[in-house]
Amino acid sequence: MADEMQFDLVSPERSLASQKVTAVQIPGADGDMTAMADHAPTITTLRPGVLRIEGAETAEYVVTGGFAQIKADGVTVLAERAIPRADMTQELLDEMIAEAASVHKSAKEAKEPDSNAVDDAVKLVADMVAMGGEIGLSSQQPSL
Amino acid sequence: MPNLKDLKNRIESVKSTRKITKAMQMVAAAKLRRAQEAAEMARPYAERFNAVMAGLAQSVGDSDSAPKLLSGTGSDDVHLLVVMTAERGLCGGFNGNIAKLAKTRARELLDKGKTVKILTVGKKGRDVLKRDFGDHLVGHVDLSEVKRVGYVNAQEIAKDVLGRFDAGEFDVATLFYSKFQNVVTQIPTAQQIIPASFEADEDGEETGTSTLYDYEPSEEAILADLLPRGVATQIFAGLLENAASEQGARMSAMDNATRNAGDMIDKLTIEYNRSRQAVITNELIEIISGAEAL
Repeated sequence: MADEMQFDLVSPERSLASQKVTAVQIPGADGDMTAMADHAPTITTLRPGVLRIEGAETAEYVVTGGFAQIKADGVTVLAERAIPRADMTQELLDEMIAEAASVHKSAKEAKEPDSNAVDDAVKLVADMVAMGGEIGLSSQQPSL
Repeated sequence: MPNLKDLKNRIESVKSTRKITKAMQMVAAAKLRRAQEAAEMARPYAERFNAVMAGLAQSVGDSDSAPKLLSGTGSDDVHLLVVMTAERGLCGGFNGNIAKLAKTRARELLDKGKTVKILTVGKKGRDVLKRDFGDHLVGHVDLSEVKRVGYVNAQEIAKDVLGRFDAGEFDVATLFYSKFQNVVTQIPTAQQIIPASFEADEDGEETGTSTLYDYEPSEEAILADLLPRGVATQIFAGLLENAASEQGARMSAMDNATRNAGDMIDKLTIEYNRSRQAVITNELIEIISGAEAL
C-alpha cells in the first residue's frame, strides 16, 4: 500500500474535494506530472486538462487555469474552473473552446499585438481541443 | 379631533407596511444565510492563493523584472476607485457608508492634486457618487440582472480593471466594499488591489511560505500568470462580503422598521380607542341632558 497524502481541490466558489489519495496526476503548464507522497515541494501552473486522482477512490476532474501546490504531505489544486468529468458535456466544452477562441481573437486584434499573448491564446485553444479529445468529446479546432 | 374612520384607515395602512417589512426581513435572513455560506466556501481558495502569492511576491518582488501589477508603475498620480455597492436600496446605511468612505478618499486625493477616476459596481453607489463626482466616473458595472454573484462576474470586473491598467489609465486601484462582521455590524473597507499587496496573514505564515518550492515554469512566469487572477480573486471576495453585508444590513433595517410599525400601531390604537370612548361619552351626555330638559 502506497503512502497516502492529503488532496484538496478548491475553486474560487467552493471546495470540491478533500480526501486521502495515493497519487495525483496534474496537467501542468510544462507537461503532465504525477505527484505522490514525499514529492519535492513544487508550485506549477495548470493548463486546461484532466486532473486524475488515485486512492481509495479514483476521480477525474476537468480543470482550466489555476495552479497546484505540491508538498511532501499533500497536494492543493486551486483551479479557476473545475468540473467533475462525469458532469462535462459537449455544450460546456464548446463553450470553453469558444471562450478561448475569443481570447485569441482579442489578443490578435489588440492595438499593439503582443506576440506572447497571441501565442498563449493559440496554446490555450489547442489545449482545450486536446482535452476534449482526451475525454472522448468531439471538439472542432476553431479556425484561428 | 381626528375622525374615527381616518384613524382606522391609518392603522390598516401601517399594518400592511409592517407586513411588507416583516416579509422583507425574512427574505433578507434567508438570503443572508446563502450569502454567508458562499463567502465561507470561497475563503479556502482566497487564503491559499494569498499564501502562495505572498511567498512568490517576496522572492520576486524586489527584482527589476517584477511585473507592473506587483511593483506599480512607479508613480501614483492617477487613482482608480472601484466602488462596490448594492443594486437595491432599503438596506439601512449600507450603500451610504461605502459611498461616504469613497467620497472622503476621493476628496483627500483631489486635495493632494492627484487625478481620481471612479468605477462603480452596483446602481446605488453610482447614483450617490454621480452628484459630487460626476466628471470622475469612468465606468459602471451593472449587476442588477445577476441573481447570485459568481466568479464569472468578478472576472468580468477584473478584466475591465486590468484592461484599463494595461492601457495606462491609472496607477493605483483601490477597492471599496463592506466587510461583513455580523448582522448589525458591517465595516466599509478600502483595499488596494493594484499594485498588489499581499499581507501574509497570521494563518498564512504557518502553512509554510518558508518552504522552498520548485517553480514550474519559472517564478516570474507563474507570477505573471497569477497576478491577474489575484485581482479577480480579491474582487470576488469583495463581492461576496458585500452581498452578505447587504443582506445583513437589510435584515436589521427591516427589523427596525417592523418594530417601529408595531409601536405606531399601538399608539394609533390607543388614540382610536380614546376617541371612540369620547364619542360615546358625548352621545350619552347629549341623551341625558335631553332627558333632563323634559
